[in-house]
Amino acid sequence: MTENSVLSEPIATLVVSETSDTPHVTTARPHWARSLLRQPRGFTAVTYLALLVLAGLLASSIAPFPPDQQSLAEVLQGPSSSHLLGTDTLGRDVLSRLLYGIMPSLQNSLIALVVFLVLGIPVGIIAGYRGGRFDAIVGRVTELMLAVPPIILVLVVLGVFSSSPPAAMVTLAVLAAPGLVRVVRGATLAVREELFVTAAKVAGVRPARIMATHVLRRVLGPILAQATVFAGVTLAVQAALAFLGLLSSDAPTWGGMIGEASTVITETSWLLIPPGVILAVTVLALGLLGDTIRDLTSGEAANSARPGRRSRRAAAARAGTQAESREALAQDTRSSRAPADEGSLGAGSDALLEVRHLAVTTAGSQPITLVDDATFVIHPGEVVGVVGESGCGKSVTALAVLGLLPEGLSASAGQVIFHGTDLVAGGSAAYRPVRGSGMGYVAQDALGSLDPSHTIGSQLMEVIAVHEDTSKAQRRARAIELLEQVKIPDPERVLRMYPHEISGGMAQRVNIAIALAGRPQLLVADEPTTALDVTVQGEILRLLRDLQQSTQMAVLLITHDWGVIAGIADRAVVMYAGEVVERADVQTLFTHPRFPYTAALLAAEPSLAAESSRLPTLPGRVPPPGSWPTGCRFASRCAFARDQCTQGPIPLLAVSGQSDTRCIRIEELVSEGAMPR
Amino acid sequence: MSTMDSTDTPAVDDTTMPVLEVGNLRVGFRRRRAENTFWALDDVSLTVLQGRTMGLIGESGSGKSTLANAVLGLVPVQSGTVQLDGKDITILTGAPRRSLGRTLQAVFQDPNSSLNPSWTIGRSLAEPMRAQGVRSKTEIRTRTAQMLEDVGLSPDAADRLPGQFSGGQRQRISIARALMTSPRLVICDESVSALDLSVQAQILNLLSDLQDEHGVSYLFISHDMSVVRHVCHDVTVLYRGQVMEVGPTRLVTAHPAHPYTHELLLSAPVADPTIQRARQQQRQIVHEAKLAQAATSAEADVGHDSCPFVSRCPVARDICSRQRPALRPLPDGRSVACHRYPEWRSELPDTTLPGPSPTEAHSPDVTPPDPGTEPHPGAVGLRVDPAR
Repeated sequence: MTENSVLSEPIATLVVSETSDTPHVTTARPHWARSLLRQPRGFTAVTYLALLVLAGLLASSIAPFPPDQQSLAEVLQGPSSSHLLGTDTLGRDVLSRLLYGIMPSLQNSLIALVVFLVLGIPVGIIAGYRGGRFDAIVGRVTELMLAVPPIILVLVVLGVFSSSPPAAMVTLAVLAAPGLVRVVRGATLAVREELFVTAAKVAGVRPARIMATHVLRRVLGPILAQATVFAGVTLAVQAALAFLGLLSSDAPTWGGMIGEASTVITETSWLLIPPGVILAVTVLALGLLGDTIRDLTSGEAANSARPGRRSRRAAAARAGTQAESREALAQDTRSSRAPADEGSLGAGSDALLEVRHLAVTTAGSQPITLVDDATFVIHPGEVVGVVGESGCGKSVTALAVLGLLPEGLSASAGQVIFHGTDLVAGGSAAYRPVRGSGMGYVAQDALGSLDPSHTIGSQLMEVIAVHEDTSKAQRRARAIELLEQVKIPDPERVLRMYPHEISGGMAQRVNIAIALAGRPQLLVADEPTTALDVTVQGEILRLLRDLQQSTQMAVLLITHDWGVIAGIADRAVVMYAGEVVERADVQTLFTHPRFPYTAALLAAEPSLAAESSRLPTLPGRVPPPGSWPTGCRFASRCAFARDQCTQGPIPLLAVSGQSDTRCIRIEELVSEGAMPR
Repeated sequence: MSTMDSTDTPAVDDTTMPVLEVGNLRVGFRRRRAENTFWALDDVSLTVLQGRTMGLIGESGSGKSTLANAVLGLVPVQSGTVQLDGKDITILTGAPRRSLGRTLQAVFQDPNSSLNPSWTIGRSLAEPMRAQGVRSKTEIRTRTAQMLEDVGLSPDAADRLPGQFSGGQRQRISIARALMTSPRLVICDESVSALDLSVQAQILNLLSDLQDEHGVSYLFISHDMSVVRHVCHDVTVLYRGQVMEVGPTRLVTAHPAHPYTHELLLSAPVADPTIQRARQQQRQIVHEAKLAQAATSAEADVGHDSCPFVSRCPVARDICSRQRPALRPLPDGRSVACHRYPEWRSELPDTTLPGPSPTEAHSPDVTPPDPGTEPHPGAVGLRVDPAR
């Protein structure tokens, strides 16, 4: 049983052998194996292989005839009730021979597989983890071995070892192992850089143990995928060798049956079909299993970084009702919110960009709302900051304004009015004239935003060509002018450089230059300085400020950094859990916050807190999209929450003519002295 | 444990023992045999005292993380010494190096990569203890539950996987893991940089609570001046692998002795529009000084014989590109590597923050609820309004 189970259930067996000394693994493993069986592909492959092994084990009891019982009266018959798959040249029952052929084939494959894994896994992991000279030697040896034609060597070995199938299989496995070594080594290199491996080293865990626990577990997916594919290969090679008559075997083999069938192909072609089909289907099932395991394990790494699936499904279930109530709210409160809208939207006509009740939802039958009721306005030449923690919907709002929402997200309600045109209603046709020349975009990842295979000059001139139909010389001159505008020294030289030759700060200047190519009236900058050093950040912010003043361009700045807001913004919009909770001019916001979340977030900022005092903290976390409560979304974390806060939706209200807030208790709080007067 | 409990108050105490002493450390990298060595750390010395926090600040490429890795034995050291509790650990390898896991631990930047996603929290937390030879399951379980509670998580978190926790919670777990073996020194390499503001505040408070409780010392690596200013007793300023200035944080941030520290302080964003506006003007002055400097001085050859900061320095003179300044002690207890201190102080604007001094921070007109005594589970701290 133990031998066979490796083939049919490689996952379970390998996982157990790897971590049998640790009790905790039981909680981690079912998730993995269960999702394999939950997938239709995985389920089909595993079921087929399990049935195959079962049939092989029970061959002697379920086969209708002994494998070698000849009946010369019944040679070369087609399928009939007594011989379900017909008979062969000696009148032997094909079905029985197929069943008896399962175990020898699988045992040979198992031998190959064991040698393949025993050689490939340790060598690959050690080479990847240790690196250095061992890795270099292993690299050379694997290259050499991969250059050897395996079939020829197998034929030589078969000549020496008198057609022994195990010898052929061991040879094949040894020659295939370098392929596994390479895959395992590559996967190990990635795992080696993970911080949990560094932490284990620091903790004093032995290298052998790190490799056997952390590394092996993380590279198991690629190993299993390779192993199943290799198992298929061994079956096919066995069939090929048997077909050529190079394997001696007492028991019937699938390859031998195909070989016999080929000798009588002119009389009947039926005989080829049963062994051919079972061989093809088995190889296919192993390949399918390998693919499924690979998909599952590559997904596992990505999933692990995010909250559990179960919670998200529950969130999705709640989202349905949530969306309806928000919809009702949008209609109910439009009239009551009017003062807030007038308060800061001002005269709508002179606004450059007006975002009204914008909602962004995911696609699908149970849409989840990521942003709802985002409402703010930007006047020409103004810098508006959108601030909040991660998961509050800042970036999604920016992308919705730009019409660049990723696949699966859409602006489901509200308006984005740019120069009097509603871009949400107009769709991509309305966006085309606006992008680039109306709005420019600068993203956080400065170097990632540039194409590494083209020079700065060609990327810049390509964008210029979109906006201006000019000669190459004029485009070049304009590119230099743009680089000068973003204060890059020696622009001629920078034009010829590739992105990897410039620093992060320089790359962000180039991105700003690209965004400026169409002379936009609005620049949307999403965390433009977050990845940069503070001294460079200061320079980029000053550049944005200077550009905004010299060109009268408006800037929509997304940031989590109060210092950035204080340094550059004229007005700020605070977002929390997908909605705007406060809007105010920057001075007012910092001195007189009018929403408890704003106040708490300001208090957590260490730059103004007293040295070595405790920072006031904010308990809990931002509720994820789909699990937003009714009423105030901050209520569960707010020290001042009362019943009235959670009873119904709360509109954005104007207070004291300077701020708009979603806090219904704000006047009480100010008069009580809980918020600055 | 018992010896550490005696140092309940890591207050200013000049008699405290050094836990970590790094002396004249040099770490170099060479891509190819023929290439010149790039010195990631060049003659760096630094001391972390018992129960205190030493900040290490600098920009990317300054060698902050290389120093952490050198102390942790993760990169080879060319010369110099690393002493932990008076014992030379510079070139320890194998079993003696592994046994350091008992006294020396680390918390890294990225909470997503710090924990093995396929391991339960309990298994991850047990790892440092097991590595140090603790076999008793009850002992490990008790300690796990205690540390999880110490970092503000429920003990049943031990049975869950990292994927079920937020970034801030995972960072708490990483801190719990680092403290499992009651280490003397924890190296925090950008441990709060990836966190949101409110979570960052929680983690900073947690670190200082754990220091009060366990007497642990931190080497706190950060690029963020405001965070360093908040949590570190002392600070070392690194630039291109060399120490520019070292001393008590309060002195260094209030009156920087090195023009590079001055630039860092001036660039650090402050969450106050008025201060930021003033800062912009100050930066403009420095910027103009730099331009003037660049115009007058010939293309300075930044070699090993010059101050590493000379090409960016607004107050550099000839001597700065001819001679590398030595780190010299100042009467106020810190050291600086600058030829032109204290003369340059009169040439650049002052960076003193008009922010609150420690006494003003607890002024009665604000109501910061004490998280320890606040009965409401959703307590929200209120902003400390700076006196201007």
